[in-house]
Amino acid sequence: MPELSDWRGLPHAGVVHPGDTAQPRTGGWRTGVKPAVDLALCVNCLLCWLYCPDSAIRLDGTVLTGFDLDHCKGCEICAEVCPVDAIEMVDDVD
Amino acid sequence: MSTEALEAQILTGGQAVAEAMRQIDPDVVPAYPITPQTPMIQGYAAFVAQGRAHGELVDVESEHSAMSAAIGSALAGARTITATSSQGLALMAEVVYIAAAMRAPVVMAVGNRALSGPINIHCDHSDSMLIRDSGVVQLFAESAQEAYDLMVLAPRLAEHPDVLLPVLVCQDGFTITHSAEPVVLLDDDAVRGFVGEYRVPNALLDVANPTTQGPFAMPDYYFELRHQQLAAIQNALGVFDTLAREFEGVSGRRYRSLEPYRLDGAEHAIVCLGSSGGTVKDAVDTLRERGDPVGLLEVRSFRPFPEQQLREALLGLRRVSVLDRADSPGGAPPLFAEVAAARDGVDVELRSYVYGLGGRDLHPEDAEAIFHDEIVGRYLGLRGEACRA
Repeated sequence: MPELSDWRGLPHAGVVHPGDTAQPRTGGWRTGVKPAVDLALCVNCLLCWLYCPDSAIRLDGTVLTGFDLDHCKGCEICAEVCPVDAIEMVDDVD
Repeated sequence: MSTEALEAQILTGGQAVAEAMRQIDPDVVPAYPITPQTPMIQGYAAFVAQGRAHGELVDVESEHSAMSAAIGSALAGARTITATSSQGLALMAEVVYIAAAMRAPVVMAVGNRALSGPINIHCDHSDSMLIRDSGVVQLFAESAQEAYDLMVLAPRLAEHPDVLLPVLVCQDGFTITHSAEPVVLLDDDAVRGFVGEYRVPNALLDVANPTTQGPFAMPDYYFELRHQQLAAIQNALGVFDTLAREFEGVSGRRYRSLEPYRLDGAEHAIVCLGSSGGTVKDAVDTLRERGDPVGLLEVRSFRPFPEQQLREALLGLRRVSVLDRADSPGGAPPLFAEVAAARDGVDVELRSYVYGLGGRDLHPEDAEAIFHDEIVGRYLGLRGEACRA
């Protein structure tokens, strides 16, 4: 848990600036499943990247490399939109 | 410019606000008509039609929309003014809280009118008091001149970097909005020079520096973000005083968040808001001629409340009568509650009166009767014995 800012340390009116949303690790809201990709099947169409509501698809340039599990909430949209079934949801156990 | 050269015109408070709006020349005016606010926007709309004012007058479908549009335009970087009364302010209320939280410096001219029900169009302060705790600055004018002057001062107060909050300029419905009296307008250039350019931090339309505004806050941050608003409105007291001095340099008229009238040597003072201040001044003058040690403490800034100044003023008094033009059924009337809190530890006798609800007049004789302790109970002029708390 990061140390919380006092009221003077918060941005004016709580305005959110670019990059600020990296800080709350919303991946903790995920329940049950997380995405896993078979890179041998992936064709790098990047539909998952386009559809992901949390910017949780990790890329190297235009090549999919994996998932940002600090922000993925396990919504399964990436698995649903993948045209080659390279993404499947697996048990989310550490 | 010479302030002496300016001649008074005969204007109503509503017309005076329209003139102030013409001179300030805001970028956006989203508004919905309601009595007794109507002459403000009607007058301003005429100026726009004549090409003498250049704001975007947005005819919205309700006051809820007016306030919502006002937030958007103010935060986008456009100087924004709106105006309303009574049920209109009630419909705005939800969004007024958000305007304060998003720190949108919207100027709001209010023609105070009783809230329904029963439905009524005349003055009391129940509409302003409905948003007492919303975090907005609330200034009360005693006359059309004051409504005009405070309107000219309001954008600077709202937009000051240490404040950045909506500012209400309240004037009593009909008593001021529709009553013609001499008003000295400033020169157009003087007003433009005084209000200056509008700048807002994090302008929504600054695409080079994109922001998300008005975000969700969980229990870990909500309390701290609310406290930012509290700090901002507390800053408004000092900023008002600084701006009032600057305004005096332009107009020759000096405003204070708490205005004492003939308080020197006074033993009994009335505390009140709005046009009743003028009525009480008449009564004070009459009684002072007879040697009665009476005076007035007129609250110009109800939010933020000048608690420290009031407390200091109470120190020399024996008795204080607080006149509220709004009631709080089941609790203390709002102005009385403030004075009682400020009085803490000061040895002064405190009386509470509620008067003038739904536009019933307050006469100088009523104020004299209060000074002479001739009023039975809290409710001035109520027919029948008041029920006891």
